[in-house]
Amino acid sequence: MGGTTFLQLDLPPLLAALLAGGTCGLLGSLLVLRRESLVGDALAHAVLPGIVLGFALTGLRAGVPMLGGALLAALLAVAAIGLVRRAARLEAGAATGAVFTVFFAAGLFGLELSGARSVDLDLDCVLFGQLETLVWPAATGWGSLADPAALGSLPRQLGLLAGVALASAVAVALCWRPLKLLCFDPGYAAVLGLPARGLETGLALLVAAAAVAAFESVGSILVVALLVCPAAALRLLTDRFAPQVIGGAVLGAALAVLGYALAGPLPAALGSGVALNAAGVIGTLGGLAVALAALLTRGRRLAAAG
Amino acid sequence: MKEIAAPPLDVAGLTVAYGANLALEDVTWTAAPGLTAIVGPNGAGKSSLLRAVLGLIPARAGTIRLLGAPPAAMRGAVGWLPQRAMVDWDFPASALDVVAMAGTRRTRWFGPLPRAEREAARAALAEVGMADLADRQIGRLSGGQQQRVFLARALAQDARLVLMDEPFAAVDAATEAAIAAVLRRLAAEGRSVIAVHHDLSTVRDYFDAVLLLNRRVIAAGPMHAAFTAENVTAAYGGRLLRFGDAGDTAVLAEAV
Repeated sequence: MGGTTFLQLDLPPLLAALLAGGTCGLLGSLLVLRRESLVGDALAHAVLPGIVLGFALTGLRAGVPMLGGALLAALLAVAAIGLVRRAARLEAGAATGAVFTVFFAAGLFGLELSGARSVDLDLDCVLFGQLETLVWPAATGWGSLADPAALGSLPRQLGLLAGVALASAVAVALCWRPLKLLCFDPGYAAVLGLPARGLETGLALLVAAAAVAAFESVGSILVVALLVCPAAALRLLTDRFAPQVIGGAVLGAALAVLGYALAGPLPAALGSGVALNAAGVIGTLGGLAVALAALLTRGRRLAAAG
Repeated sequence: MKEIAAPPLDVAGLTVAYGANLALEDVTWTAAPGLTAIVGPNGAGKSSLLRAVLGLIPARAGTIRLLGAPPAAMRGAVGWLPQRAMVDWDFPASALDVVAMAGTRRTRWFGPLPRAEREAARAALAEVGMADLADRQIGRLSGGQQQRVFLARALAQDARLVLMDEPFAAVDAATEAAIAAVLRRLAAEGRSVIAVHHDLSTVRDYFDAVLLLNRRVIAAGPMHAAFTAENVTAAYGGRLLRFGDAGDTAVLAEAV
């Protein structure tokens, strides 16, 4: 496998998988600790009408209008969930489920109505992503990595993913202690006078941004897997906050990269003709990671008991 | 020289509702400085009163003043010890982590925990006899030890008023003694504690004043004046089996 082929065909999807996995793993840990894993799922779906709207208004499948629309939809969804909870006196899970399905359905409706579907924002791409289609034809060799013109022609999804990854990492690092308290005991955060509502909304917006940035490349189903699986696996392996959150990011990135490699490049390098859907392999690895963590924990408990 | 201090808590016309069910109805009460117990049967709105005062649940009507000021101005000045059942004990945090959370507002939000905060948290844990267990994950502590961790967190917050929801519920003798000692220390320092208390036989041992509550105020005031057989019977709406006016025993059946 030559360097140029790797740069052109494998580097962009690998980077996309790495960034999506890391970001989702980081934010997913916070969601799992808040016992709100479903919120990641919900927001990943609830942003669809915003994405369609952004697309319909600008006619562009560009990152910024779609991200703007998605964040707007996420804010509305968060507000609607709060409203339904209070007005209908439903528990959080039921209110979340009711709101996100309505939003997702509205998004699908809009997708048909706006004609976006006939371009290339179709249901398959929404659900399964298109990791393999991220290519970098401008790469001519390792030197391209230092060539600004060539770097400028990297798939634009990578820029969006990198921006959201950076924003998430910085926000989580800067709000580390309040976020920890918010995950553990939101009531006490409010009693202390911390801006609990603002932090909660900020976290929801980051999750929505991550979902949008990641969904184009890896698809909404994999976004959910990456939000939940690394965090859930770590949840079984550590009882410290920092390893849980940072470990979630590392495991998410590692699973995504390994899944991509196992799906195509690795079998190809070994001379096999097998080529699998990368999103599918990454999702499967996520599930396996949770199962492995459960087995390890069980083994440790049995050893401790016996 | 003593300045005339505002009452730790003052509520007027407080009404709290869950849907159509009134949890509290027109509660008007001024707490005196010192140690106060809130006593009443299940569903009397004891926890709701504390949670509404802290802004954790909305009040339908009424005004609340904490330490003489509107509640919003007093966030952070009031400590809180939640009911043990409300806590996620699987959370990846050590006893020290939980106690250090008391300083979340006064320290910067990122980076390592400042040394002064770490030492304050360790001192609070030591005061409740938990110095050796500071690094243990909270789920691996006994029920009484868990309660003491939260007591230490309330201490570390250095608050002038601490609200406690059933601090003595289902704890061992060592924890009960630790909580009683902490209450005495807080009172000696001129701080106030308002605690939901479920055990009628120990109310007089630990507290100076009482609020008897059953959705409305039944009686309130210093222990000897308010904690009488008549008032307790009225609050519980049931049969009073034995009430030792001279001794400290009150046994009740919550009959219909």
